[in-house]
Amino acid sequence: MEKHAGVGEKKQVTLRVFRGLGTDRSKDRYEVFTVPRQDGMVVLNAIHYIQSHFDSSLSARWNCKAGRCGSCSAEINGWPRLMCKTPVDEYEGEEITVEPMKAFPLLRDLVTDVSANYEIAKAMPPFTPKEAPDHVWSMQQIDVDKGREFRKCIECFLCQDICHVVREHKANYIGPRWVVKAASFDMHPMDALNRSDFMKESAGLGYCNITKCCQEVCPEHIIITDDAIIPEKERIVDTHYDPLVWIYEQIKGTSKGKKKSKKE
Amino acid sequence: MRAAIECFDRGVRVFLVCKSLLGKAHTVMAEGGIAASLANVDPQDNWKVHFSDTIVEGQSINNWKMAEIFAKEAPDRVIELEHYGALFDRTPSGKIMQRPFGAHSYRRLCYVGDRTGLELIRTLEDQVVKRNIPYEDEVVISGIFKDKSTGAVSGALGIRIRTGEIIRFRCNAVVLATGGCGKVYEVTSNSWESTGDGIALAYRAGAELMDMEMIQFHPTGMIYPAGVRGMLVTEAVRGEGGILTNARGERFMENYDPKRKELSARDVVARSIYTEIMAGRGTKNGAVYLDVTQRGADYIKKKLPSMYFQFLEFAGIDITKEKMEVAPTVHYQMGGVKVDPETCETSVTGLYAAGEVASGLHGANRLGGNSLSDILVFGRRAGIAASEYIKQKNPKNELSDEDLQKEISRILSPFRTTSGANPFELKERIAAVMWHYVGIVRKEEDLQRGLDEIGKIRLESKNVQAKGPRAYNQSWADSLAVWNMVLDCESIIRSAIARKESRGAHTRSDYPNKDDSKWMVNIIIKRSEDGQMTQETVPVPKMPPDYEALLNREEILAWKANVKEE
Repeated sequence: MEKHAGVGEKKQVTLRVFRGLGTDRSKDRYEVFTVPRQDGMVVLNAIHYIQSHFDSSLSARWNCKAGRCGSCSAEINGWPRLMCKTPVDEYEGEEITVEPMKAFPLLRDLVTDVSANYEIAKAMPPFTPKEAPDHVWSMQQIDVDKGREFRKCIECFLCQDICHVVREHKANYIGPRWVVKAASFDMHPMDALNRSDFMKESAGLGYCNITKCCQEVCPEHIIITDDAIIPEKERIVDTHYDPLVWIYEQIKGTSKGKKKSKKE
Repeated sequence: MRAAIECFDRGVRVFLVCKSLLGKAHTVMAEGGIAASLANVDPQDNWKVHFSDTIVEGQSINNWKMAEIFAKEAPDRVIELEHYGALFDRTPSGKIMQRPFGAHSYRRLCYVGDRTGLELIRTLEDQVVKRNIPYEDEVVISGIFKDKSTGAVSGALGIRIRTGEIIRFRCNAVVLATGGCGKVYEVTSNSWESTGDGIALAYRAGAELMDMEMIQFHPTGMIYPAGVRGMLVTEAVRGEGGILTNARGERFMENYDPKRKELSARDVVARSIYTEIMAGRGTKNGAVYLDVTQRGADYIKKKLPSMYFQFLEFAGIDITKEKMEVAPTVHYQMGGVKVDPETCETSVTGLYAAGEVASGLHGANRLGGNSLSDILVFGRRAGIAASEYIKQKNPKNELSDEDLQKEISRILSPFRTTSGANPFELKERIAAVMWHYVGIVRKEEDLQRGLDEIGKIRLESKNVQAKGPRAYNQSWADSLAVWNMVLDCESIIRSAIARKESRGAHTRSDYPNKDDSKWMVNIIIKRSEDGQMTQETVPVPKMPPDYEALLNREEILAWKANVKEE
């Protein structure tokens, strides 16, 4: 194997890497490293090269290095991307700036604290099967396919990072990842819950103004806005604002809604 | 996570610790499917055939009892996973679909496109969250402690990576589910956390290791460009009809396994590819071609979506139009901590192991798809056994302060040194040594050389240095990993030297044949009283005669011969 070929030649990559510590933001800074360029090199390779050759104190979270786990999220030249899926060749002749995600609190260097996401997960009304688990379920492929897209999510939280509602406004909005999660439950052929109360009240879905930034950054190509957010918004409308349902309820004197999630 | 769910449901206090973020463990990489003889597609399938396939391909050094439990319980675990919320692909009649896979006699792998592992881990994660099982992620466990008088587990110590704090766990049972040590190799499909921590933890706690020489090379890893080297190309590509050819365009698997061809066992396919490349019939990048284009673009995008995007995004290759270049990559460790087949208990009371970190089920070679059912079957069993041990024995083991202080001093030593080795560099060197001297085909002098080199690295690693503050200090976490890795490597090499034959994943060029008269044994590695690594061989547990009869393959092969290829 030709390892690190071309040192000292034009085959080099220059990275400007954010350095800092969450507990002391006064020392935030950028450091510039020049590393040899390899065939097919991605930004994460370059970060690893820096760690093993220049500065072992540089911290970056990563795991699978194959775009499957969603650990190495960062902002590369300002754009949220997975470091393992960002070829350095895309930035030919440019300096590559690597920064941590800005929507989350900094821990150190390129690593942020994404634990708030897992708190949202706990609030989400879980998958609740219609049929008891005492027999083998039957489902059709066509129904399974409908929910499949949302299950591709690798929880890299890049969509949360770019979402201006999550990032700029302290609004009570759970963010794109968690709307996708709700959609993955709602589109499960065996799920019995209607999560629209949760999505309307606790999840703050109304704050999303459909700028579609989230689906642009999704490394798994989930069409987040069109396929998850808009249908979830429609579900709220169907449950809460459907004029026919309203008239029916006025006549029958029943309060709104079919099955409601237990967590409400 | 399956073990934690079981413990929780049985009403014992349980705490889940993850080395990475929750739900990012190496399982997300599993693509092809989960093997269980549901017989939804091939009604002839049953646990006996699954048992037989597992033992035959494991070259008969598997623990037969484990294989029996596994084959019998796997279907229940798959159905349970579906009830937890996993969405498998379906047959036209609405059952769980099953696909063919290397060396499984029948179509047996339940799958979710080519992201079965992600579905499994997310589903279990949902269950953990739903139950509100307490957990903490990004914690590295450095040591497991035992009570001085009872010799049973009394606690553990770890570092909270985010803050750099040291945490002490008082507990009377520990279930290891830490995966393997693929990261000790240069070309590997394994992720950052696969540094064999669980194996090293168990070894240092006095548990026995078994079959450490058995490292599975997945036949098809990406090879080009260099940035993606080792990245896995799922066996499902071959399951869906992918054909392997050498640089001359010959379908070489016809020479090595004319019956099963591309769907032969992993060790056979890996060795065949290696042989082709070594014989100069590989591509200029040192690989062979894998071609699935004949399946058509729509089919490929639907059945193998991750592979389609993986090649498009990482290599700029459209697999619906072009051939892939593939070569073997380190994938799985069949060996690991020796466990009781029923309870997953190790030779240390209160210490359990399940999944890749444990050994015995897969023997000398693991079948594709068996690992996912393995973690569910034995994760649950380890959970049951640990809970019952706590409930029935109510152990109150003493956590020795002296041991704690010693361990704290050990794990802080990378901060005390000022001119020590760089852990990232040491990791690279370990990986290079293992790749060159303890690779797919081994011989005595290489192995000895590898042992010497690892010994040198071990000496250097005593002085490994972590730089900067303790909060999210990766060089610190990786320093601990390096210590574990050298230990794992030493046990792998010693076992590989000891097994003077070729069997399954272990191929010796100086002993090219399998020798059942001498080597129907498992190699056990253990730490002696004075801290030395010792090894011994024990005969493989003998299975009852009626089980042996199940290994007769003629019936299955006759049926297979009558099946028309799709």
